[in-house]
Amino acid sequence: MDKPRGKTLPEFRILSTTAILGYGFPESSFRNGLRRKPHLIAADAGSTDPGPYYLGVGKSFTSRAGVKRDLRYMITEGVRRKIPVVVGSAGGSGARPHTEWCLEIIREIAREEKLHFRLGVVYADFKKETVLRAMRRGRVKPLAFVPNLTREAVLETEYIVGQMGIEPIIRLLKKKCDVVLAGRCYDPAVFAALPIMRGYNPGLALHLGKILECAAIAATPGSGSDCALGTLRQDSFILEALSPARRFTPESTAAHTLYEKTDPYHLPGPGGEIDLTGCSFTDIGGGRVEVRGSRFVPTEKYFIKLEGARPTGYRAITIAGVRDPIMIAGIDAILKSVEGQVRAMLKKEGNRGRVFFHVYGKDGVMGELEPHRDAPAHELGILIEALGRTPEEAEALLSVTRSTLLHYGYPGRISTAGNLAFPFSPSDITMGRMYEFSLYHLMELDDPDGFPSKVHVF
Amino acid sequence: MKRNILEAAKVIRSKNSGPYELTLDIMFKDREFYELFKKRRIINAALISRLYRVPKSDILRVVYFEPSHAVKVTLRRRIPSGAPGETDIYGAQQHAPLFDITF
Repeated sequence: MDKPRGKTLPEFRILSTTAILGYGFPESSFRNGLRRKPHLIAADAGSTDPGPYYLGVGKSFTSRAGVKRDLRYMITEGVRRKIPVVVGSAGGSGARPHTEWCLEIIREIAREEKLHFRLGVVYADFKKETVLRAMRRGRVKPLAFVPNLTREAVLETEYIVGQMGIEPIIRLLKKKCDVVLAGRCYDPAVFAALPIMRGYNPGLALHLGKILECAAIAATPGSGSDCALGTLRQDSFILEALSPARRFTPESTAAHTLYEKTDPYHLPGPGGEIDLTGCSFTDIGGGRVEVRGSRFVPTEKYFIKLEGARPTGYRAITIAGVRDPIMIAGIDAILKSVEGQVRAMLKKEGNRGRVFFHVYGKDGVMGELEPHRDAPAHELGILIEALGRTPEEAEALLSVTRSTLLHYGYPGRISTAGNLAFPFSPSDITMGRMYEFSLYHLMELDDPDGFPSKVHVF
Repeated sequence: MKRNILEAAKVIRSKNSGPYELTLDIMFKDREFYELFKKRRIINAALISRLYRVPKSDILRVVYFEPSHAVKVTLRRRIPSGAPGETDIYGAQQHAPLFDITF
């Protein structure tokens, strides 16, 4: 439905269930939301925050049981009440295995609850050839502090996803899908697609989506596991909590605009940015905040953000404590010598692994950024991390490093029985494969709607 | 006598802004503190570069944000999130050097 000419748009209410699909929400808040007769139920499932592993390996960082529980509420009530349900960044990272994983969960729910509906699934994966071709045409550029993309990085990347905008979701909604499941997706798009399709202001709809994607985190007290309601109007939007324990305030709402962003006045996304320089946050009573003045400024060319991770080897770790004051005083030199000794020992074996000592109580949290690394501590926690090209290489390196440190005769040593307190037997833990981000770049698209999709009828 | 930032700030935090950036937020207790800090540019790129001992070119942006009475500084992450040598995947515990700010 397009905007009727000359007529004021009616209210459009959006029920955001949870900050990340699978984090959960109280049933009472969800019911409170349903009582407000929402026009859309939506949740974002994604983030790069948990690190590169989940995208690289193709697994969700949320539990299957948690995601199924949240989706069961959303889909069952959405389908029964004929309220569209939109979920984005399936499985957290939104690549094909994550999307298929989430699709299977929805299939189970449909079967178990005997629901009949049309599900639109849209995939966010990009072929390596597509990205390489775009690189050759100069259509790929790095974000701040990101190295230029190389052919090697693309070829080594496990899954390449692009954050889609509202366009593919709108296409599926126009195909009469009751539920839309999107792969990697710009977080606000799951909330903004339907209202923008109905003619609401894109700046307001996207800014509202930007806040709703974290559900009640922007309320006070904040929570990632509670619902929030957003009401879009012709020239403003209103936020309210759905639990009596929380409320939205201009402060809490504006503070959220800072969260995890580079610049709170300019929020870039697919095809443009939300400009908040003229934005106001007003308390309208009842724990509600009204926001005005958010604008969407399209860019000349349509860029999306690509994400990808590549394997960098295998990891093994051990955890130990140190309580000896002489050893603590000399810890930097001791660890350096131990590493040197291990290196020399393993050189002939061809072990090219890397060792990292995480010294808690000194600089385990901040590393070289730590300004107070020489403040005295009475005990240290040492996490020895070994990385290798194979699990065996990592394990061998860890084992030798651990035993060398345990019995290392450092200068001034008077505790000659052993240097480390191990809490566990076995002391060594194999962590499996590790990944690093290899793509975090913008790519120009000719067709913002060019993401492949499929409609399933249950 | 110089006062500590804790007298003026109610929130001091750090977090990733994507895997390659770390973003620091300081929210002030009231408009007066915000205006004071903004007017005197107490939080600036040179200060952050000194506190974190990183080159000034690693500081991407310093933004005073009126709606939250806050200042935000975004800088280069020491290494991309999760790369070998990582200590804080979410970047949520990198704010402590800000406690040393006086005004």
